[in-house]
Amino acid sequence: MKLLTVLLLSLTLLSCGDKKDVSVSKPGGQINGAGATFPYPIYSKWFNEYAKINKDAKINYQSIGSGGGIKQITEGTVDFGASDSPMNDEDISKANSKNNNKILHIPTVIGSVVLTYNIPGIDKNINLSSEAISGIYLGKIKKWNDPIIQKENPDTKLPDKEIIVAYRTDGSGTTFVFTDYLGKVSDEWKTKVGVAKDVKFPIGQGGKGNEGVTGLVKQLEYSVGYVELIYALQNNLKYANVKNTEGEFVSPNLESLTKAAEQSVNEIPADLRQSITNAKGKGSYPISSYTYILIYENQKDANKGKVMKEFLQWALGDGEKFAKDLGYAPLPDAVVQKAKSIVTGIKIQ
Amino acid sequence: MNTLDPGKEIKSRKKAGDIIFENITLLFALILVGLVVYIAIEMFLDSSESRSKFGFGFIFSQNWDPVKEDFGALPFIFGTIVSSLLALLISLPVSIGVAVFLSEIIHKSLRTSISFLIEILAAIPSIIYGFWGIFVFAPFMRSTVQPFLSTYFGFLPFFKGQIYGTGLLTASIILAIMITPIISSITRDVLKAIPVSQREAAYALGATKWEAIKMALLNARSGILGGSVLGLGRAIGETMAVTMVIGNKAQIKDSLFEPAYSMASVIANEFAEASGSLHISSLIEIGLILFGVTFIINSLARILIYSVTRKA
Amino acid sequence: MTSASIIKNPSNLRSRKIINSVMLTMCILAAVITIIPLLYIFFYTTQSGISSLNVDFFTQLPKPVGEEGGGMANAIVGSAILIGIGALIGIPVGILSGIYISEYSKTFVSTIVKFITDVLSGVPSIIVGIFAYGVIVIPMQRFSALAGGFALGILMIPTITKITEEMLKLVPQSLREASLALGVSRWKTTLKIVLKTASSGIVTGVLLAIARAAGETAPLLFTSFGNSFWQTSLDEPMAALPLQIFVYAISPYDDWHRQAWAGAFVLIFLVFVVNLLVRIVTRNKFSGNL
Repeated sequence: MKLLTVLLLSLTLLSCGDKKDVSVSKPGGQINGAGATFPYPIYSKWFNEYAKINKDAKINYQSIGSGGGIKQITEGTVDFGASDSPMNDEDISKANSKNNNKILHIPTVIGSVVLTYNIPGIDKNINLSSEAISGIYLGKIKKWNDPIIQKENPDTKLPDKEIIVAYRTDGSGTTFVFTDYLGKVSDEWKTKVGVAKDVKFPIGQGGKGNEGVTGLVKQLEYSVGYVELIYALQNNLKYANVKNTEGEFVSPNLESLTKAAEQSVNEIPADLRQSITNAKGKGSYPISSYTYILIYENQKDANKGKVMKEFLQWALGDGEKFAKDLGYAPLPDAVVQKAKSIVTGIKIQ
Repeated sequence: MNTLDPGKEIKSRKKAGDIIFENITLLFALILVGLVVYIAIEMFLDSSESRSKFGFGFIFSQNWDPVKEDFGALPFIFGTIVSSLLALLISLPVSIGVAVFLSEIIHKSLRTSISFLIEILAAIPSIIYGFWGIFVFAPFMRSTVQPFLSTYFGFLPFFKGQIYGTGLLTASIILAIMITPIISSITRDVLKAIPVSQREAAYALGATKWEAIKMALLNARSGILGGSVLGLGRAIGETMAVTMVIGNKAQIKDSLFEPAYSMASVIANEFAEASGSLHISSLIEIGLILFGVTFIINSLARILIYSVTRKA
Repeated sequence: MTSASIIKNPSNLRSRKIINSVMLTMCILAAVITIIPLLYIFFYTTQSGISSLNVDFFTQLPKPVGEEGGGMANAIVGSAILIGIGALIGIPVGILSGIYISEYSKTFVSTIVKFITDVLSGVPSIIVGIFAYGVIVIPMQRFSALAGGFALGILMIPTITKITEEMLKLVPQSLREASLALGVSRWKTTLKIVLKTASSGIVTGVLLAIARAAGETAPLLFTSFGNSFWQTSLDEPMAALPLQIFVYAISPYDDWHRQAWAGAFVLIFLVFVVNLLVRIVTRNKFSGNL
């Protein structure tokens, strides 16, 4: 009897699902995307601005983390995903075979991960070397006045207080970019912790999303966290100058991000998946990344496909002008051209 | 034949209506049962990958490492059990006090309004407790309670280490606030079920008021235990409030100041975002464990409560 | 239990009296300790929320991240729709299974149903969220209001079932007997006499379930998902008030915090009004623990 009920229930639910599938292609349907919190400020600005230009374009974006973006686009529960870490080959083949389609990476802007901190009494941007950053996150540097940190900040009296470390709990592109950098500068990090969207941090406490980590840093005195630049800017939090491969302490800004991207723009692969952390060259900020929109090449819903295509062309063109105010850097021209040609290749069925 | 016996026809017609009605209500009752069974089956099936990979070791492994795809539930089970038991420990004496206060001490005219206030406490959405927890309660813990505990009780391993404000202790206290109305209202009901004559007899023997109340409480103990277990069940399944204040770190530490993680919180944080199938399957297995634990605890609570209230 | 064990040291009256007053004081203290956080949460939410509670809050869409202003209009409407879907599932299943337990209470099945109802009321809401994700979101290939409403519906069932059962049991047996004696069939008696008599109680039960569902966040995280635009299609993601409060609460923006407090105030107000209503309607008819 129970089995019967279960059967009955699942049937009702299934038929319910079928019925809904029919309505997928209704005109003016809303487009749903989910993923990275890293570009959320600019995406929400874009979708808001673009809705003013194109009344039919209601693009709903939920910032659940890059891992979520990859997962949900793979499951097919959203129309596009967003991630700061390019999908790896395994994830791509899984998404492609599951949906019988081809996933595309469209870079949108360049962002940076900053080390933001809350040290009462210190109002300037402190300097952090890669040794200091990996030491803090490996749990080896415990206090703010540790010699490794202090020696790079001769003019600042750092307090004798324990460092409270904050990290991301969700599958996050920000975490990927940060650990990607740490993996490049510290062998110990690479072997002990690894490089991924979601790693097991040796120390600290977790917050959900860039929003959550920023919230933690704001709440907790003597804390440090890694977030996308705009989150520190909008909250008037201080962030560190980070030592690059040339030995300079660089602040994340339009110029230093563009420099980092330009170092390797000639080597960018055809699918535009490229890491630009620990970039060489003078003036490059070392913890930066492209952020991507993930979308399938074959758009099954003509309406949505058309709107998305138009939106992406707009974003890569006029949209880029919003990047600067929100602390992101626009893509180098060469990358814009390549990205636009990928967008043009999106097929509408 | 039937036409010759009109009475019989009416009777059978009536019966048909009754049978249909009974079966309709039965059907919906079975939908309810079916739903619970379906939930259990769904979670069992969806966690098969993790169950076959890790076996029983899943429950005892401390590792939760998405990079190496090695998952164990122990830190979450630890966080859930410690925070819930601690919440119960804090809440139980207070709840009994409240129940006694409401049923024995306070004047009847005030009783309704006070018990109404306490019921409201049970109805406040957990998201609001969490919100209040991060902005008001955690800073208070950080600035006042935890420094106090670490100064005067710092010799105990539970109150050592760094002070964050959020963490296991903070989560436990918020949970205690949330379950107090549940336990106290059940305790009150159970106390009501103890015949007044018993207390009168105690008074007649020269007992003080407290001694009479103590006797009633002793007689109601299995009901109170039931209420406590029910409160424990609620604490174990609590998600949002805990997620917002527990610190979200999968670790097992002595100190209650340290951040921890609970089963429900890890699902809330990671379920929509985990991309590896083993990761998802492990999260669902944690859900299955949580479901199993709350199932057992609630069953136990109901049996205990029935055993007292039925006597009344 | 003998008197000896109740009254320890009967001769030492003074210490017994001291213990008596100490313990009774402790009980009063316990009540005070319990009520303080309530009043604190209540006043704090009101104080922080009411200043942001303006016309925009009820009429505007959320603004892009970090920009001031905007409101939660779509989330309020979204919550109403989600609760509506939930009610469509929760009310029939809840009331009819409540009738079954109460009116056919002697069968083995009804004991099982009653037990399972209690179990369901203890199932963590996050689990119901996973379930709805597995059986609706994945097959439909989309987050939707339907999935969120389905999850809320499941969570509403046990409250409604139990209150229906309690209310029907309060209807005097003599009323049923009188109706049956008049030749009214049993099902008509149940529907037209018993259910009608208990209707005000059942309505309050439904209200209680709705108030509870209105504040549920966990099951919506991966079902209704959230939306930054107006949306009324049931097969699209939908914003919900508690979800919006959660997102805003953990965000680092002061303006969003203020709006989240305003949302929290709306929720608490709703809970308060519904509970007050329930109190007034049921008076002291029963004092169940639901």
